[in-house]
Amino acid sequence: MSAGPDLLVAIAVSALLVAGSIFSLLAALGILRFPDLYTRMHAASKAGTIGSGLLLLAAGLHALDIAILLRALAGFAFFVLTAPVSAHLLAKAAHQAGYKLTNLSVTDQLPLAKQKSDRL
Amino acid sequence: MSASAILSFSTTFALVALSLGLLLTVARIVRGPTLPDRVLGLDMLVAIAIGFIAVIAIRSGFNLYIDIAIALSLVGFLATVAFARFILARGLSPESAGADSRAAAVPTRGKALAPARRQKKGGRR
Repeated sequence: MSAGPDLLVAIAVSALLVAGSIFSLLAALGILRFPDLYTRMHAASKAGTIGSGLLLLAAGLHALDIAILLRALAGFAFFVLTAPVSAHLLAKAAHQAGYKLTNLSVTDQLPLAKQKSDRL
Repeated sequence: MSASAILSFSTTFALVALSLGLLLTVARIVRGPTLPDRVLGLDMLVAIAIGFIAVIAIRSGFNLYIDIAIALSLVGFLATVAFARFILARGLSPESAGADSRAAAVPTRGKALAPARRQKKGGRR
């Protein structure tokens, strides 16, 4: 029975590993299959962040050391903080440079907001 | 099933899935019609590489790899921000405007270029 906690940790780590790698794979699939930049950004910045975050968490949990786990958590937190910032900056830059939305999109609210701010 | 067997199976599965994701992202970078698509692909490539490093850290037992993953995420963030500033400064280049209108299949070439010029003037103001 000495292998009990060891087995539990191994099961938890492998669940995190499988979930994280499937999230990453689906994010890459979304990047390949979505029709334009702004929809691809959804896949990359949400599923991609969660995927690599779960893998980092698995690596931290596997070590069974609180220092390593805290380091992995810090990496996860840093990744969660920076991914939306970079995605938003890239989307804003692309929209301002004039890259078009796909034909499937219903509305684009940013030009309206811009006109309003010009009028004020 | 012992703990090491479970871990070996799941790390192998994760490595295969991440390799497949890497391949799909590289396909988008090669195919990507515009520059922001390629920048987004680079961002995703860095994210998948971080996951790869974490899986290798589990598989090899070297916990030092987690620090490398954190440093790589910092570098990827700075690279994406720098590329976004570059796209903002450069605007719409003619060849990517042609590729964009071919992908969107609506505007003619002149029509696609005209709003870009207006946007650029608005940005300078």
